[in-house]
Amino acid sequence: MVASGRGRRVATRDFTLELERFAAAGSLGDDLARLEGRSVLLAVGDMAKAAAALIDLDGVARQIVLCPPGAGAEALVALARASAADALVYDGDAPAPEIEVATRVACRLPLAPLAAPRVARLVTEWAMPTSGTSGPPKLVAHSLATLTAAFRPVSGQRWATFYDIRRYGGLQILLRALAGAESLTLGDLSESVDAFLVRLGEAGATHISGTPSHWRKVLMSGEAARIAPQRVRLSGEIADDAVIAGLRALYPRAHVEHAYASTEAGVAFVVSDGRAGFPANFVGDDGEVALRIVDDVLRVRSNRAALRYLGAEAPALKDSDGFVDTGDVVALSGDRYLFVGRRGGIINVGGAKVHPEEVEAALNAHAAVRASRVFARKSPITGALVAAEIVLRDGAAADEATKRDILAACRAALPAYKAPSFLSFVAELPMTDGGKLARHG
Amino acid sequence: MTTRLTILAAIRDVAAEQGKTLAPLNDDLPLMETGLDSLCFAILVARLEDALGADPFTSAGDGRLPSTVGELIAFYDAALV
Repeated sequence: MVASGRGRRVATRDFTLELERFAAAGSLGDDLARLEGRSVLLAVGDMAKAAAALIDLDGVARQIVLCPPGAGAEALVALARASAADALVYDGDAPAPEIEVATRVACRLPLAPLAAPRVARLVTEWAMPTSGTSGPPKLVAHSLATLTAAFRPVSGQRWATFYDIRRYGGLQILLRALAGAESLTLGDLSESVDAFLVRLGEAGATHISGTPSHWRKVLMSGEAARIAPQRVRLSGEIADDAVIAGLRALYPRAHVEHAYASTEAGVAFVVSDGRAGFPANFVGDDGEVALRIVDDVLRVRSNRAALRYLGAEAPALKDSDGFVDTGDVVALSGDRYLFVGRRGGIINVGGAKVHPEEVEAALNAHAAVRASRVFARKSPITGALVAAEIVLRDGAAADEATKRDILAACRAALPAYKAPSFLSFVAELPMTDGGKLARHG
Repeated sequence: MTTRLTILAAIRDVAAEQGKTLAPLNDDLPLMETGLDSLCFAILVARLEDALGADPFTSAGDGRLPSTVGELIAFYDAALV
């Protein structure tokens, strides 16, 4: 999992892991041997420890269960049950969580010398939570094969990501970086975007990935010029024309691309032509990644998809042809499919369906708008009406004239029931820990 | 501004924003003949909730709903007492 090479490192705000040290040192000490063949819950407080523990555990544990950051005892018990975990790796700087497992091992940094070399002979399975927005997260199982199937060779590059490595998107980046990058710089939820950009500038990051919401914050940041990326990648949310164009203008020498991926379906495809959506000719059953559109929803079959859901009442992950239902609704526009929203997120205005994402794309296209969030306002007449919150671009006036102008532009671009009936200006939009727009309060 | 004036002004604003031609407003004009469609009406009710602090359509219970402009104004007047 970790390619050799001097000076290669993974850096968080507070700690730098020197990868070559893993040859003779570890974060779990010689207690690692007690975890051989076990299903191990990984519940540590920060990404440096998580990265170290993952390197230590790969090949030793039968299964690694990545627990979402901040998971409390109740969540850990549920994850342990779903994954039949019999061991726990916990944060050595905090009290061990109160859950019943056969073995528990503390993870500590800095790395401590090992008395005996690591024995890694198993093909470890990787379980991680999906980013589902309703109800408790489901666990899916991946292998190193499914997690790395989309990789192209990486050498000498300096990677960075806004994502947390304990979720699929961030884990992808970590594994790619370990396979050959010179460095990987990771963020921190308590760090401002400005401070993160300064750190990325100091690290000389060349390949940077984040969600469109993360990147909109970069576009609004006074420190955006600190970085000189070669490759800007967007993933995790719909990348609209406005954010893509904004990044191409800000970083004219960078290659800007958006990737369609999910924890369940894996990395399906990357779009590099500077436009939202994807070419209609991507759809088809041939090739390493097969795409189908069924009832306007995208389905994916590939060798990058997760193996299955975990847990006693786990639903089937794939249909009878092996396709994963992504829940993402698409619409054909000419020779291109556009993402219009999540299946479950529809606003119903007097029987007419509205996808918030489609309205956000129209709002974000306006010159005064940097970012937007569209949501339902209850109506006793039509059930719901479309409302929007706007973050203005620098220099745009937060006044009635701007409001009228934005609303008029929406009415010109969308049917009347889709255009927002209410608009308010806000300083920032709510975001999930995963960096996506938070849609439920 | 009185409730009457607030409601009439809101009707005119919504009609203008939504590009609808309003019939001349008077108390006996049936709401269905004003030129406002259900979307316009829904927006009007929400705007009036923001302006007046009341939404009698939501709190209506099983009373009669207004069918003319005059009844609409009385409906809101009763809710604001």
